Amino acid sequence: MVAQNIGFAIIAAMMVVGALRVVTTSNVVHAALWLVVVLAGVAAQYLLLAAEFVAITQVLVYIGAVMVLFLFGTMLTRSRIGRQSDLNNTYWKLGIPVALVVFVAMAIALANSFGTEKLPSDASVVSTQQVSDQIFGPYLLPFWALSFVLLAAVIGAIVLARKD
Amino acid sequence: MLVNQFLFLAAVIFCIGVYGVVARRNAVLVLMSIELILNSVNLNLIAFSLRNGSVDGQTFALYVIAIAAAEVGVGLGLVLLVYRNRRSISLDDLSEMKG
Repeated sequence: MVAQNIGFAIIAAMMVVGALRVVTTSNVVHAALWLVVVLAGVAAQYLLLAAEFVAITQVLVYIGAVMVLFLFGTMLTRSRIGRQSDLNNTYWKLGIPVALVVFVAMAIALANSFGTEKLPSDASVVSTQQVSDQIFGPYLLPFWALSFVLLAAVIGAIVLARKD
Repeated sequence: MLVNQFLFLAAVIFCIGVYGVVARRNAVLVLMSIELILNSVNLNLIAFSLRNGSVDGQTFALYVIAIAAAEVGVGLGLVLLVYRNRRSISLDDLSEMKG
């Protein structure tokens, strides 16, 4: 139990630092690499929460595919790789109070709702079979819809990015 | 482990993502901030999945991951198109639809 909490604290600190660097760094490539730290941290938290299939999917899809897309997007839309001073809005400081207000509202709601409620400590790891039974059982219709969404996204991305 | 430690971590990541969406001008960086937000929501879904002893949360998290992948693909396609037409991906320059 203590080991889990220490692991959580280390990973959480890493994730928060990484997320802050994503939104403050002045180099787009560095932002993408810090985003990898956050996404890997999220995958580690999934493992702590006994969701191994989702953790592996997170690594494959996010760190594998989405990150490559981001790096390609950076490469194709920028002439130079390096520091840039114009990445923020003129009124970027407005974002700080907005984020603080949202956080305070959520913190009050969470503290009131869950307090010191504990997660079940005897939970077993959810097997891939259970997840697939859910996806191909009661949630089959959303799965089909999702397949069409992905198809539409692929075709849409090709149509958008094609050179005429 | 408390339920709230995961929910608070997700709330912090969510708020950092909200700040990024508000503060950033570069379209690729705004998409990265949206990824932060989506990941914090997924963390919530998985935490509640364990709390309730049900697999539904993990199923939804997988669907959210798939939707996020589609969103990034289309979003970066749009960004590329904007860049090709304007030689810039600064969101401040896209003001045709401003009222």
